[in-house]
Amino acid sequence: MENLYAIELRNITKTYGREKQVAVDAVSFHVNKGELFGLIGPDGAGKTSIFRILTTLLLAEQGEAWVEGLEVKKDYREIRKIVGYMPGKFSLYPDLTVAENLDFFATVFDTTVAENYELIKEIYVQIEPFKTRRAGKLSGGMKQKLALCCALIHKPRVLFLDEPTTGVDPVSRKEFWEMLKKLKMQGISIIVSTPYMDEASLCDRIALIQHGRILSVDTPENMTGNYPGQLYAVKADQMYLLLKSLRKYPEVLDCYAFGAHAHVSFKNAFEAAPLKAYLRGEGLSEIEMKPIPASIEDYFIKLLKT
Amino acid sequence: MRTIRFLLQKEFRQIFRNRAILLLIGVMPVMQLLILPLAANYEVKNINLSVVDHDRSAYAQKLITKVTASGYFKLRGYSASFKEELRKIESDESDLILEIPQGFERNLIREDQQQLFIAVNAINGVKANLGGAYLTSIIRNFNEEIRIELLPPGRFNPAPVIEITASNWYNPLMEYRFYMVPGILAILVTMIGGFLSALNIVKEKEFGTIEQINVTPIKKHHFILGKLIPFWVLGNVVFSLGLLVAWLIYGIIPVGSLLVLYCFLSVYLLAILGFGLLISTFCDTQQQAMFIMFFFMMVFILMGGLFTSIDSMPDWAKLVSRFNPVSYLIEVMRMVILKGSGWKEIWPQFGIIALFAVFLNTYAIINYKKTS
Repeated sequence: MENLYAIELRNITKTYGREKQVAVDAVSFHVNKGELFGLIGPDGAGKTSIFRILTTLLLAEQGEAWVEGLEVKKDYREIRKIVGYMPGKFSLYPDLTVAENLDFFATVFDTTVAENYELIKEIYVQIEPFKTRRAGKLSGGMKQKLALCCALIHKPRVLFLDEPTTGVDPVSRKEFWEMLKKLKMQGISIIVSTPYMDEASLCDRIALIQHGRILSVDTPENMTGNYPGQLYAVKADQMYLLLKSLRKYPEVLDCYAFGAHAHVSFKNAFEAAPLKAYLRGEGLSEIEMKPIPASIEDYFIKLLKT
Repeated sequence: MRTIRFLLQKEFRQIFRNRAILLLIGVMPVMQLLILPLAANYEVKNINLSVVDHDRSAYAQKLITKVTASGYFKLRGYSASFKEELRKIESDESDLILEIPQGFERNLIREDQQQLFIAVNAINGVKANLGGAYLTSIIRNFNEEIRIELLPPGRFNPAPVIEITASNWYNPLMEYRFYMVPGILAILVTMIGGFLSALNIVKEKEFGTIEQINVTPIKKHHFILGKLIPFWVLGNVVFSLGLLVAWLIYGIIPVGSLLVLYCFLSVYLLAILGFGLLISTFCDTQQQAMFIMFFFMMVFILMGGLFTSIDSMPDWAKLVSRFNPVSYLIEVMRMVILKGSGWKEIWPQFGIIALFAVFLNTYAIINYKKTS
């Protein structure tokens, strides 16, 4: 296996329990070197299982996978030296201080904090004022920064981030993604999983996953660009009645709630006037409609329905 | 080596930051050694006695005085009605009834023979057994005395009688604490070593920190050693504390060599820590580990020869206790501390414990999987 991609999976399958519940179903995709790759899907889609297989914590039943050209079953020892993994759950020692945790993980990888300080410097300076504080006593955002530092301290070639932004406030989330962009520039390949669709557009390429199956792998731009037809956002004073009415309208192909709007796609060409009249007839007022570009989430919903 | 050093540094830091564990190691064994040997005493005192006296003669009076003067019995009731005294047993006021029949003195002198009746409340087996035995031996003694009194000196003892004199070796005064303190110390060291090690890896599983460790290049045996050594050290500390308490409070100074004792303990600790680690590799939560360890501890303690002698157990139980590491430690502790046994005498136990240590630790290392 030549070392073409940072990560490659071929037909990876994993089932759990005696009932053979499928968590990962014949998944294949690859991550290019130096890419920021997003694995996007709802809870229980199989994201964490894929991460655990790739980080050699879990054995797949079928299929093959490589990290930096190393096979996950055979070369697991080598893989553990070159990957950084940040599990979804905070998993540093809560009774050790910030500095002690960092030191410990540096030593475990047979390196020192000083040696790779450049890499974590920008993140570490933010938590440095608290370096004598026990990790368990840090706030959520701080914990996550520390975890990232610990995952980076041995200068990994591939970084696995499992739902790093779940449960983190919007400002910290934004900061976090900016950090990832900078890390990418250092040449580290990053694979990140998230249930948030809005974070998808920040990745170079994304894979949409549901029930252990990959629905689509592409750049976010291509995905939104490939959205068939035009999408419209419709708003009215009563959301529930609006959705119900729209679903009865013969020209409507699909409609679903999306924030304060209903996103609607039509079978044929869109005509505003008859629809507005119809909706008024149904008892709705304050009707607004406008064409909008499709988002990743729209694309995802579309994929789920076809 | 560097990895091990850092793992140890981390473990010790975590232990010293955990107040509860420090307290558990420092204060608890000392407290238990101060209190338990005093309580775990087989001598039964304060047996509540009821006397049903139908005779009310001088001899009956003499017998009752003799019984109460022994110090083992407390006279709780004295009446002429058995029914009344039986009610006292029912309400748990009395443990024993001694019934003296009518004509006790008269028949004793005239017909040279008399019968007494003892009724024992056998709900508390130990108390009943010992109480009955004490009372019987006091009555026998009383019997001897009247014979001397009644029979003319020349006619005394026409038949040969075997008189028995016993001497207690290694513990001349049959002091229970000499026997119990080493045993209790053995249990304490086992409990602390076993529980701490069983809970430790599971704690890392619960906190999820093991996930992070598993993706690192740390080797399995390094990780296990990093867990083993700190608790091994702690076990030795607890043991030394215990010996100190035994010496200062109970005046127990090991007759045998301390070196032999510590050598045996070192290997024993490896075995019991290995057992704890093995359990923790099987469990996912601290609760599970706690319950499994508790189950084994119960068996270890009750079948370890601390309270009941292994020699008097049925054959199957003897076989079970051969797989009980605690029984070897208790045995060796008593051998070395009370009897002064040396290498020659304890090497079979030493060999078996070493086998335990190798087996349990190897199993623990194999069973600790970094990949699921």
